[in-house]
Amino acid sequence: MIPVILGISLIIFTVVRVIPGDPAYILAGPHATQEQMDQIRAQLGLDKHPVTQYFIFLKHLFQGDLGTSTRTGLPVIREIMTRFPNTLVLALASILLATVFGVTIGIIAGVKQNSKFDYLSMLVALLGLSMPVFWLGLMLMLLFSIQLGWFPAVGADSLKHIVLPAITLGANSTAIIARMTRSSMLEVIRLDYIRTARAKGLAEKVVISRHALKNALIPVVTVIGLQTGTLLGGAVLTEIVFAWPGIGRLLVEAILSRDYPVVQGVVLLIATVFIFVNLIVDILYSYLDPRIRYH
Amino acid sequence: MVDSRLQIEKPEIKERGPLWDVLRRLSKRTTAMMGLVIVVIFLLMALFAPLLAPHDPFEHSLAHKLASPTWDYPLGRDELGRCILSRIIYGARVSLLIGSIVISIGILIGVPIGVASAYFGGKVDFFVQRFVDTMLAFPGILLALLLIAMLGVGLHNVMIAVGISTIPIYARLARSSVLAIKARQYVEAARSIGSSHLRIILQHLIPNSLSPIIVQSTLHMATAILWAAGLGFLGLGVSPPTAEWGAMLNGGRLYIRVAYHVATFPGVMIFVTVLGFNLLGDGLRDALDPRLKT
Repeated sequence: MIPVILGISLIIFTVVRVIPGDPAYILAGPHATQEQMDQIRAQLGLDKHPVTQYFIFLKHLFQGDLGTSTRTGLPVIREIMTRFPNTLVLALASILLATVFGVTIGIIAGVKQNSKFDYLSMLVALLGLSMPVFWLGLMLMLLFSIQLGWFPAVGADSLKHIVLPAITLGANSTAIIARMTRSSMLEVIRLDYIRTARAKGLAEKVVISRHALKNALIPVVTVIGLQTGTLLGGAVLTEIVFAWPGIGRLLVEAILSRDYPVVQGVVLLIATVFIFVNLIVDILYSYLDPRIRYH
Repeated sequence: MVDSRLQIEKPEIKERGPLWDVLRRLSKRTTAMMGLVIVVIFLLMALFAPLLAPHDPFEHSLAHKLASPTWDYPLGRDELGRCILSRIIYGARVSLLIGSIVISIGILIGVPIGVASAYFGGKVDFFVQRFVDTMLAFPGILLALLLIAMLGVGLHNVMIAVGISTIPIYARLARSSVLAIKARQYVEAARSIGSSHLRIILQHLIPNSLSPIIVQSTLHMATAILWAAGLGFLGLGVSPPTAEWGAMLNGGRLYIRVAYHVATFPGVMIFVTVLGFNLLGDGLRDALDPRLKT
């Protein structure tokens, strides 16, 4: 995990510095003199050797110092920390929604293979996979807040505000989780030990919930883990649609105003959370399937 | 007699080639054919946009801004009074361009990296794979956003950014295909008769690892169009007069309360096109490699 995070920090560091556009030039503006630019470069530490710069960047990183926003002049860490809880809440609500609905639909579709429910839910899942998040958000807003007036369209002030953004953000993952659960269920349900369980006269409910589900869920857990990362990335679009004050919106604002320290900080944070979630998934694995420990 | 007749018939079937075989298998699946139809319509729209569009996509008329659909303007007019249908038809060109360039970048850089990594193995493989791991650790659209932040906004940069972020996926895919093929006897045979590395890679490894890459690029076309539209929606893509679906949606977003059609129709177009490529990609996967069937 640590090497990957170091790798990510190196990629972000390199991308921010190597690609065209001198930060000193951007900060100083087109009319700055060479002297002013040199001064800014010295201030930012840009006159030092790139390797030294990277180590300084890392040292600051471990001290929780991500620099200052060029747009607001506030420390990046504070900018992020005021916004991050909002994104976290939204992402958690979405993944919860996606897991509950996705797994339930997937199980029913898998157990009742080739039934009407199976066809219909898999068709809807396929549609859900191809749906642009931002368009779905707008359509939900059009229907449920503008036409019906059930939920507020924008903002993050009450529990009611989270419903539409969470559905929007979770729709794609619900579809993916439902498809994965179904195919995993179909695979497991044909195995011998399920036949054994049925043969010894266990109720179908017990066979499904105790025997089939536990094994079928293992690949589903990976998908849920991967989806968490995608959700954090997808949150960017959802947050813009619903004016949700999270880090996704912060990132877009920072990109549009060329606020590099904030871009760097947000990307680093999202990538780290993603890696962390996947580490948790790996640990969950060995809990769900003790065989994995010995591999 | 019977034997000789059988022998004559055989080559006739073979002559139709692998492409025909794939198409035949594809035609048996309704969903895949639906996907193919959508994709073909999309391609025709992009190619013949000037012939199909009822109006000039850039001609604006502030007097008619946000006008509802009429017979003359079947999908209504946008915030500058431009014909939405014409803009959607022209938008197909931009999406096709983005999709093709993104996939070309991914394949032209990703596949050689993956093939070399698998073929040479050892330290090369180790370092390349750690790099690929790290790039894959950026979830979804994030790497593309980071690159755009640095390259600046604009259509070219969107294509480069999304293209670069697909490189690790192709590298990983090509690597795993080649690893499987590398151990086959015909590769060993080629090596034993003294073929060069380049010859083995170009003549044996790449052609034989193509089918998963074809499937992946069809599915990627869907992702590329979706991501590019998303970036356009965020205002990071094309510059204003260009008709691009994501940017059109973004333009219509502000007027959703008074004129639903401005944001709705470009979104339907993105949705249907992405669905088409997804259906076709799924169908191709089943047709090209029955083992992967889900």
